[in-house]
Amino acid sequence: MDFDALLLSRLQFAFTIAFHIIFPAFTIGLASYLAVLEGLWLYTRREVFKTLYLFWLKVFALSFGMGVVSGVVMSYEFGTNWSAFSVKAAPIMGPLLAFEVLAAFFLEASFLGVMLFGWKKVGPKLHFAATCLVAFGTLTSAFWIISANSWMQHPAGYMVLADGRLAASDWMAAIFSPSFPNRLAHMVLAAYLTTSLVVGGASAWILLKDPTQPESKMALRMAIGMFAIVAPLQLVVGDLSGKQVEQLQPAKLAAIEAFWETRPAQPFHAVAWPDRKIEANRWELSIPGLGSWITTGRTDAVVKGLKDFPKADRPPVFLVFWAFRVMVGLGVAMIGLGAWGVVLMFRGGPERSRLYLRATTLMGPAGFVAVISGWIVAEVGRQPWVIYGIMRTADGVSPVKVGAVSASLLAFMLVYAVVFSVGGLYILRLFAAGPALAGLQEPAPGLARAPGSALSAAPDEGELEADPREGDA
Amino acid sequence: MSLDLPLIWVTLIAVAVMLYVLLDGFDLGIGILFPFARSDEDRDTMMAAIAPVWDGNETWLVLGGGGLLAAFPAAYAVVMPAFYLPIMLMLMALILRGVAFEFRLHGRKRGKPFWTAAFAGGSFLAAIAQGLVLGGFIQGVTVRNGAFAGGPFDWLSPYSILTAAGVVAGYALLGAGWLVWKSEGELHGDGLRWARRALVAVAALLGAVSLATLIVHPQIAARWGLGHPGVDIARLAVHLPIPLLGLAGLALAGWGVWKGSHRLPFAGGAVVFLSGYLGLAVSFFPYVVPYALTFRQAANVDSALSLMLIGIVILLPAILGYTVWVYWLFRGKAPAGGGYH
Repeated sequence: MDFDALLLSRLQFAFTIAFHIIFPAFTIGLASYLAVLEGLWLYTRREVFKTLYLFWLKVFALSFGMGVVSGVVMSYEFGTNWSAFSVKAAPIMGPLLAFEVLAAFFLEASFLGVMLFGWKKVGPKLHFAATCLVAFGTLTSAFWIISANSWMQHPAGYMVLADGRLAASDWMAAIFSPSFPNRLAHMVLAAYLTTSLVVGGASAWILLKDPTQPESKMALRMAIGMFAIVAPLQLVVGDLSGKQVEQLQPAKLAAIEAFWETRPAQPFHAVAWPDRKIEANRWELSIPGLGSWITTGRTDAVVKGLKDFPKADRPPVFLVFWAFRVMVGLGVAMIGLGAWGVVLMFRGGPERSRLYLRATTLMGPAGFVAVISGWIVAEVGRQPWVIYGIMRTADGVSPVKVGAVSASLLAFMLVYAVVFSVGGLYILRLFAAGPALAGLQEPAPGLARAPGSALSAAPDEGELEADPREGDA
Repeated sequence: MSLDLPLIWVTLIAVAVMLYVLLDGFDLGIGILFPFARSDEDRDTMMAAIAPVWDGNETWLVLGGGGLLAAFPAAYAVVMPAFYLPIMLMLMALILRGVAFEFRLHGRKRGKPFWTAAFAGGSFLAAIAQGLVLGGFIQGVTVRNGAFAGGPFDWLSPYSILTAAGVVAGYALLGAGWLVWKSEGELHGDGLRWARRALVAVAALLGAVSLATLIVHPQIAARWGLGHPGVDIARLAVHLPIPLLGLAGLALAGWGVWKGSHRLPFAGGAVVFLSGYLGLAVSFFPYVVPYALTFRQAANVDSALSLMLIGIVILLPAILGYTVWVYWLFRGKAPAGGGYH
């Protein structure tokens, strides 16, 4: 086994999936938001919803494109870098991933074309149906990929074949493995929160410049509604997930909480510096008994510590411990932002508090940070296993050479740096213009020019004279 | 009744890859032709001719990869590491090509030319990479104990460079044919001109690749009845319809270009691809990794194949149905400059 090729393959997978996960986390929520906006527009006929729809559709088109291209990479990396894992797990993982392609990707890709370019080609109801199908597709995609990931986290419904491969003995048990329902709920809520934070942040940014902007006022209120409902709900679902981790993956739980000794009445380490070398925390700030209560619901419960596991079976502690704290810290801040916003809504409107607008703008990217932190907790926390308890990550790697993987990793870093920073810039430019100025006016019926590019083209002062087609966008 | 699941699945995966090649082939072809367009406005129109459908087209590639993992994991686990570098090149090229659709609309003075170049370069490199994989695939892959056991550059040879050139020319023909179908006026004329040139290149390269394949790979020559000691007329006669189909495709495309037909150049190009694809299928069956793994050896367990068959029986008709509907919805000429009516 080529150790460096293994390390580089792990880095490459972590890098490519960390970038990829940003986009689904955002587009799952945004597709549902677009469906709600278009539905509200059809139902109320209020222009504010249509303007918001057309504005966020432009953001969606940019983000979805980046999600697609970074996602195609993932479906090949299982083979290019993790072929041994693929062979062993394919009898179960294969169908789950294939169902994601068949049930979700085609649906999303096909109806996205109708969403972006079919505004004048299909009626409003059919267009709304296309939006709903894309939203449904994003959720279906989440269903299958979280199912596959949950099975890797806690394999169920399988048997070991004579050649070492794992095959399904019970498909329902494999698809709905024990941690799947909680983890799916946690992921979908995370996506909804991420999107509402971006929508709230972008709207607050506009309102800081123009507190009367009607679409941004509406969007901010919708976002606050989501913070207020989803953020507390996420805390409950996350807590259920955490308690399940204590049952199913005790080593991960011990790393999350930096428990080293197995003991009753574990203290809760609010902050600590866990160190694998000395098998203890270099320092910690703790509350006695609370650790057991958080993980099991009882203060006197015995909770396993890392020393109960052979050294080779322990996940990296420092990263998991801190990623978890970043995620939960941001989650608590989101709950606070929701409560504060609701209070302001009853006191004349959130746009009147510049402090709240600044805080909401600042929290705009918090969902992404929380999602990536949560992903680190889930995926680093289950190391050294790629299929928990069955196959080590080190045994899953492909017979590839270190030179080839270094080359591809470097190229990915370069390409992603360009593509995703420019994509981010274009999205920020849209946010800066806001729904009023982003060039959304759809042409009146009968005009030769129609919204295909009106939905996507960026107006640019410099180009207005040079290119008359851009001018009426 | 018991179904021959591996046989059904090898057919399904082959059809998915064929659909990918045909559908994304014309998308990539449009990109390959991008540098030859007269103006940025023409490029906008060219992009508008594929913008609503490219994403669905590329999904067949995801099905090809994901389906290979799901149906023939042993083949997937050999092919992907064997072609590590060209596949990585293809993925990165497809990233640049894919984001360019949206980014080009948002770019300003520097951004737009950059993403125009990224679209053209990404399309070209993706075609090259696919051609290199094809060439390397035909050459065969070193397999030991069910795993890839060759070097990182095994796929690189004069032969694979020839196939890469063939794929680029073929995609350019499909792209030009699609453009002829979807455009009007001057651009339509340009499309016909590009189609003519691509057609000449395809005819030459297809002939060269076929010849090289027979010379370099005696196993394939024998399969076609052209091996030693002599020509096996009966064997050759059975296989002859495939190259004849290719010639018919070339003739159809040529006739269409000559007559200025709107649809025949694309249809002819598609027939050429079909014949080439059938030719490969006949040359390799039953191997999914040439000369190392047959589709039966590489097949996933029956419980996986049968579950997926249930899924595909339900979902594939729906996918094909709405795909056809989307193409029908965006039928007719692409709007000049990229607007949609």
